[in-house]
Amino acid sequence: MRFMTAAAIGLLAATTFLTPASAQTPRDTVVMAKAIDDIISLDPAEAFEFSGVEAVANVYDKLINVDPKDPNKLVPELAESWSVGADGKTYTFKIRGGVKFHSGNPLTAHDAAYSLQRAVTINKSPGFILTQFGLNKDNAVQRIRATDDGTLVIEVEKPFAPTFFYYCLTAAVASVVDSKTVKANEKDGDWGNAWLKQNSAGSGAYALRTWRANEQYTLEANPNWIKGAPKNRRVIMRHVPEPASQRLQLEKGDIDFARNLSKDQIAAVRNDANVAIDTGRKGYILYLGLNQKNPTLAKPEVREALKWLVDYEGLEKNLLAGTYLQHQSFLPQGFPGAIEDKPYKLDVAKAKELLAKAGLPNGFNVTMDVRTTAPISDIAQALQATWAQAGIKLELLPGDGRQTLTKYRARNHDIFIGSWGPDYFDPHTNAQTFGMNEDNGDNAASKTLAWRNAWDIPAMTKTISDAVLERDPAKRSATYEAAQREHQKVSPFVIMFQQIEVAARRKNVNGFALGIMSDMNSFANITKN
Amino acid sequence: MTFARTTKLFGREIAAVAVTFLGLLLVTFFIGRVVPIDPVLAAVGDRAPAEVYERVKVELGLHLPLYEQFWLYLKKIAQGDLGRSVLTSNTVLADIGRVFPATLELATLGTIIGVSIGVPAGVLAAIHRGTWIDQVVRVVGLFGFSVPVFWLGLMGLLVFYRILGVVGGPGRLGVAFEDIVDPITGVILLDAALRGEWEVFRNAFSHLILPACVLGYFSLAYVSRMTRSFMLEQLRQEYVTTARVKGLPERRVVWRHALGNAMVPLITVIALSYANLLEGSVLTETVFAWPGLGRYITNSLLNADMNAVLGGTLVVGAVFIGLNLLADILYRLVDPRAR
Repeated sequence: MRFMTAAAIGLLAATTFLTPASAQTPRDTVVMAKAIDDIISLDPAEAFEFSGVEAVANVYDKLINVDPKDPNKLVPELAESWSVGADGKTYTFKIRGGVKFHSGNPLTAHDAAYSLQRAVTINKSPGFILTQFGLNKDNAVQRIRATDDGTLVIEVEKPFAPTFFYYCLTAAVASVVDSKTVKANEKDGDWGNAWLKQNSAGSGAYALRTWRANEQYTLEANPNWIKGAPKNRRVIMRHVPEPASQRLQLEKGDIDFARNLSKDQIAAVRNDANVAIDTGRKGYILYLGLNQKNPTLAKPEVREALKWLVDYEGLEKNLLAGTYLQHQSFLPQGFPGAIEDKPYKLDVAKAKELLAKAGLPNGFNVTMDVRTTAPISDIAQALQATWAQAGIKLELLPGDGRQTLTKYRARNHDIFIGSWGPDYFDPHTNAQTFGMNEDNGDNAASKTLAWRNAWDIPAMTKTISDAVLERDPAKRSATYEAAQREHQKVSPFVIMFQQIEVAARRKNVNGFALGIMSDMNSFANITKN
Repeated sequence: MTFARTTKLFGREIAAVAVTFLGLLLVTFFIGRVVPIDPVLAAVGDRAPAEVYERVKVELGLHLPLYEQFWLYLKKIAQGDLGRSVLTSNTVLADIGRVFPATLELATLGTIIGVSIGVPAGVLAAIHRGTWIDQVVRVVGLFGFSVPVFWLGLMGLLVFYRILGVVGGPGRLGVAFEDIVDPITGVILLDAALRGEWEVFRNAFSHLILPACVLGYFSLAYVSRMTRSFMLEQLRQEYVTTARVKGLPERRVVWRHALGNAMVPLITVIALSYANLLEGSVLTETVFAWPGLGRYITNSLLNADMNAVLGGTLVVGAVFIGLNLLADILYRLVDPRAR
């Protein structure tokens, strides 16, 4: 019995020891809960995941940026003016004077040149955004140079559309780093990559104070930021993988933002008097990829029939409720050149007619690789039911995210359901991946989504690759609009939805700006009352 | 025991441990390479261009034949280098140095809770076999064993954190308490106590107690069932009757004599259940945003981040072997015949 008594006393002691955990976060600190295990690096030349890019965008400044109020307009950031020479290949940027890095070092054109040379030379995942202009580790020093402290000159390979180049410079990979600090932390010629993965050397709204992988990162406001001191002192991003836990913390007031709530949880917290919802249209597109190596899926009538076999409206209303919008073209709404055409709706009779024309009046059997997360798996199940009405027996092959992706990238799928996010804010990014396939061979150098689905399209490939050289913005836009309409008709992509990012917040916290790209999400204006 | 014999035994023990580790690594390595997940994807992401992909594949040594990859890995391990995790970009050693103490803290408190309630409950059930006490212990035990830990964790959070507000929420510390105590051992409770930061200690404890209770409940369910059956066996023995006939108080017979003997097999049970918790509980760690070993290994495996998986497996292996040794030693202390 002594044992029992001891245990009882122990428990009693434990409970008296506990005091109600203080709800409320410090007033000058913004606390967010988000699944941030996708971050593998916070080096702007390497970060390419949603959470990493978002952090980088709040730590570094770029030469130019997209106007948050009108994404089709460019605004100055570190460059006060910019121009392109008559040859269409030489760009000159006048760098703003008097800007200081977090370290106190003055920011000059030499830092800007170093940053771009660095990104091109170490050429990590997002490096191609810059190298596609013919810049590489051998010519970087010669083609990217500072002629004096206030002037940066960049020579690109071809007379590209200037907007194409400018928009690519708004990507996180083109962030300007403090060259003195980075050089001081260089190891074995790595351009400071190992150090910059976990530290920061920028001039942006915040400095990175700590990052612990799969735990949290903390940003400290920069009172000398060129756009004015941020309205809060600190942002803490905590890794909370389980959305239900995020919800409890938000309701309790232990966090200010819950970033990964599911649609059911969003619906539930809407009734909480202390919680409000922020939304922002994101560039993510949810689509089906039909592998053209499968002879049935290669028939044009079958491709079209499947586009008539999606209950776009029902799915949006019932399954996706506020987290996705109907969308049927490869450029997301809000992108330059995007179109709003939605030619398809659920029409089983029409689909059956098309299948009969293809010689498949009784349907066919096919598989779909599905990652087992909401809402992907729910949509796949709904499609299974709808397709059965036209006699198509859809077998769902569930798998983990990386697993289905590995299969997709090896072109071993029938149908893949997944999402795609644009790499940078220019129409070429999605046009290229959805509509270009330079070499349909298994060992192709460029493996776009069109390649992954073995869609061999020399004509469309040429149209789209020519569009980056079109210097007249109106004509260039028209090319993308026409390409999307053609693509809607013939492509093996059933484009269905565009993502809406939802952030649930405490009512007393305002000012979080959600942009169409992850690197347009800004913390600087968040205030707390 | 002669000196020669001791060294021989000792040598055999070490050889056995080495073979176990080697087998563990071999199996994990090949399973990791057979799973249909591309390890390069974790390093570069889905949107990296083909040339970057190819370069990183070579950097990771994945273009080499499997046996060569394994050999290179073993050579590095022999030098004490567990490699770097692709996902966190830290050395695996540094990662484990962070995640293992988190799990250790949780598993230890969980086991203490499980044992300090489970053993007495099992004994009570055995003495009052067939009565309502036995039934209650059985139902509580079965419930703990069969209810999903995920659900239990969320319900616990809802009741004790959200509604009653008596414990801290997900995470190891409240936001205001982060980064105050510099780690010494990595076990926050210990570090806070060593540095005399009692506010941090309180906060850490309030975050730890709920997940520890959830894990403790599982351990309790198992330990109480096993204790009951060991006790029933002991209570049937003749020495118990003898003790009773001698006129010893019943309390002493049960708690001293019978439980003392039941303790011998029970130690193995407790050690195994502790080892299970030390592997990390993925679901508990997910619900409570606990940066522990279980989630680390699982997350790494799902991304085919093999250095991290192998490093984690080594730790788990070491834990099992270590606890087995510990159980052996405890046997000798508890079992009078072995003294």
